This record gives sequence, C-alpha cells and structure tokens, in this order.
Amino acid sequence: MKYVDEFRDGDLAKNIAANIAGEAHAGRAYRLMEFCGGHTHAISRYGLADLLPPNVRMIHGPGCPVCVLPIGRIDQAIRLAREQDVILCTYADTVRVPASANLSLMRAKAGGADVRMIYSTQDALKIARDNPQREVVFLAIGFETTTPPTAVAIRQAAAEGLKNFSILCDHVLTPAAMHAILAVEGGVALDGFVGPAHVSTVIGSKPYEPFADDYHKPVVIAGFEPLDVMQAILMLVRQVNDGRAAVENEFTRAVTREGNLKAQELVAEVFELRDAFEWRGLGSVPHSALKLRPQFAAFDAEQKFKVDYVAVPDNKACECAAILRGQKRPQECKIFGTVCTPENPVGSCMVSSEGACAAHYSYGRFRETA
Amino acid sequence: MCLAIPARIEELTTPGNAIVNLGGVRKEISLALVDDAAVGEYVIVHVGYALQKLDQEEAERTLQLFAEMGQLDELREELTGGAA
Ligand code: SF4
Repeated sequence: MKYVDEFRDGDLAKNIAANIAGEAHAGRAYRLMEFCGGHTHAISRYGLADLLPPNVRMIHGPGCPVCVLPIGRIDQAIRLAREQDVILCTYADTVRVPASANLSLMRAKAGGADVRMIYSTQDALKIARDNPQREVVFLAIGFETTTPPTAVAIRQAAAEGLKNFSILCDHVLTPAAMHAILAVEGGVALDGFVGPAHVSTVIGSKPYEPFADDYHKPVVIAGFEPLDVMQAILMLVRQVNDGRAAVENEFTRAVTREGNLKAQELVAEVFELRDAFEWRGLGSVPHSALKLRPQFAAFDAEQKFKVDYVAVPDNKACECAAILRGQKRPQECKIFGTVCTPENPVGSCMVSSEGACAAHYSYGRFRETA
Repeated sequence: MCLAIPARIEELTTPGNAIVNLGGVRKEISLALVDDAAVGEYVIVHVGYALQKLDQEEAERTLQLFAEMGQLDELREELTGGAA
C-alpha cells in the first residue's frame, strides 16, 4: 500500500540499525521510552528490539488509552448499561477490559446489557437517531486523536437536537501524562522519548517543547511504521551523544509544529480541562483529562444519569501500574502468559494489541526465553 | 485503538465525507477535521475521520533520508573493507 509498505523495508531497517549500533557509545546505556501504544505495537510486531544493541533499551510508556483507564471508569459504563438500560456504545478494545466483580462490558453484554461496538462516533449518532425511545451513551475514551471525533459528534447532536445521546467522557491528555511520568517518585531513568505519532498530527510538536527545555529530555516524534521508529531511535541516540535535548520531528509527512488547528478549535469549543483525573498506574493527575463545557451539559452522561466515579484498586497480582510507569516489564509480572493471556486478560495491558503485555505476549514472548 | 493508516481519497461524497481506499477496501470517512481535501490526496484515517492530510513531498523526503543512509553505510563498508 502506498506510503505504508515503503516504510517497512527490511533492508533499510538493517541499515538504520547498523547506524545505531555504530553511533551508540558502548560504555553508556540509552533508555528510551516510547510513550505511544502504537509504537509499542510496531516495536513488538517487527521485532525492532532485536535490531538494537543491548545498551539501547526501549521502555514502554502509558500511551494506550485502554491500558490507562482505571477499573472504576469501566464499572461506571457497566452500571449504566445494566441498571439504567441504556444502549452503551464503545470502541472495540474497551469491551474486554476487566472490571469489578469479574465483569467486563463484554460479559455484561452476554448477561443481557445492550453494549454495542462501534467504529466511529458517527455510528453512535446513527444508533441514537434510529432508537429515539432509548438512551444512547457513548463511552468516549482516548487521547488527542479520538477527542476531535467526539467533539464533532457532540456538535452534531446539539445541532440536530438529539436528546437521547450523551457521552461518558474519559478523554485524556498526552503531555500531562508525560509530566506525570517524569514526576514519578523514585523516577524512571529516561534518556528520551519517542514522541506520539497520531496524537501529534492533532496537537503538533510544540506541546513537547517543555520536556526538552525544562526537563532536558530529547523528544523525537515518530510515525508508526518500523522505519520511522528506527530512525527516531537513531535521532535520539545522536541527541544523547551530543548532550542535546530538543524536540525533533521524524514524522514531517503528517506532523507540523502547530498541529491541526481546526481539530484543536473544535475540541476547545466542546471540552474544558478537568481539575484532576485518575489514571491507572499514575494515580490522580492534575489537568490531565477533559470534560464537556457547561453549555453541553445535556450530553454529559455522568450528570444526566448521576453515575459517579468510584475508585477501585487493581487486581493484586497485576503489575500493570508499574508497567505503565515504565518501572517493570511484562515478563516481570508473575501471572504473565499463564493466568493472564489475551484470551483471558487479568489486567488492562493484556487487552489491546497496543498494550505492553499483549504486544509482548503476541510477538516477543519466545525471544526472552532464548 | 490508536492505530491509523494513510489512505487515498477516491471520491468526495456528501458534503464533508469521502470514500477512501484502505488497502483495497473502500470506506466512507468524515472530512470534518481537515480543510479542502481533494481526490488523489492521502489522509491519515482514525476511527472514521481524516485526522490530517499526508504531505507527499515530505513523505518522499523521509524515504530519501532512509535511502541516503543506506548509501552512507555502503560507503562506510567500502572504507572499512566490509567490516562495518
Ligand atoms: S500480565 Fe496481565 S496481570 Fe500481569 S501486568 Fe500484564 S496485564 Fe497485568
């Protein structure tokens, strides 16, 4: 496929790998965090870690929306679907996230709740139009990539006077999570970030500048194809070698410094900052998520149905929290690959193919044992 | 769920919508988030919306960068007698 296949050329990947091996100083370690689940997926799927010298280590970050959603948020959606008889619409990955009482949205559905997987917010609007006698709630999760489509849907619903449509808003912000990672107590030793691909198409490269300027961490924004990731790693190694910390952009074909201003304006019109939001693994992070502005309160399911968020601790055996903070690797979880598998996930990191545990289970598991 | 891929706009349909080709599959998407996307252009598609237009010149430039580095490697190999 045009503009996909060319960025997956294996020989070129080996060339970039040779450059990385040639330029990385043998005497030092390079600990690079790929923030985004899309990069985690690419690194595992294409075995990129195998192409890197041992002193260049990739650390998975918290950039998978399904992984960072705390149990209490899924519980809220399940309560709505089971107790208030709404049609609960959500993106596919979310339905398998383990919730309280051995439930998930999928199990709630099997038990009779009306849970529907959708591909686009347009599908949720259609369901609301087609079922005027029912309440339709969209479980809106995701980073800055999925927020603009939710904003478009809210604006459309308002314009149409669609009264039976609302959202449970769990949209979260990438830069706030990166701040939280760097502020984690006992910290994660990091030498730089591979910056998000598609999030950056929306917000641009500018919001990462504080990480370079104030925290002195290099950031290289990279596309999701294997060559993009390899090239970004090389660019990071060079910055570290030079003692520089700048925001560089490998993904110039889709990312500018300013980002997609139209999308940003839409989001600003519909949403405002939450004071704080609880993340799985990072705890409560100030100004790290969005809620609907007061003039769109009629579309806020939390207010409409009075379903409050109740915090719930993670499963005791699950190490997701430490993995999302970059402090542990999937294989360090005692139940990885035995009790916890993609078919039967115990923690959220095992659910989506962008989660660190699922990515490692599907593509990298046998490498470690060798 | 953050995965998104570049797709070529094949047809503009109702205002604000377009049919794209995603690896051989034709799909209708919304253009609500991008301005003046035209037939033949590539857009990054995510959850049914074009998030951004793909700059073909920049894409070619990035590909060239990879290729040039390949040549550099060959050069290095020649210089070091293949021991790179
Ligand atoms: S293997 Fe399962 S339980 Fe363990 S950290 Fe990963 S998702 Fe959590």
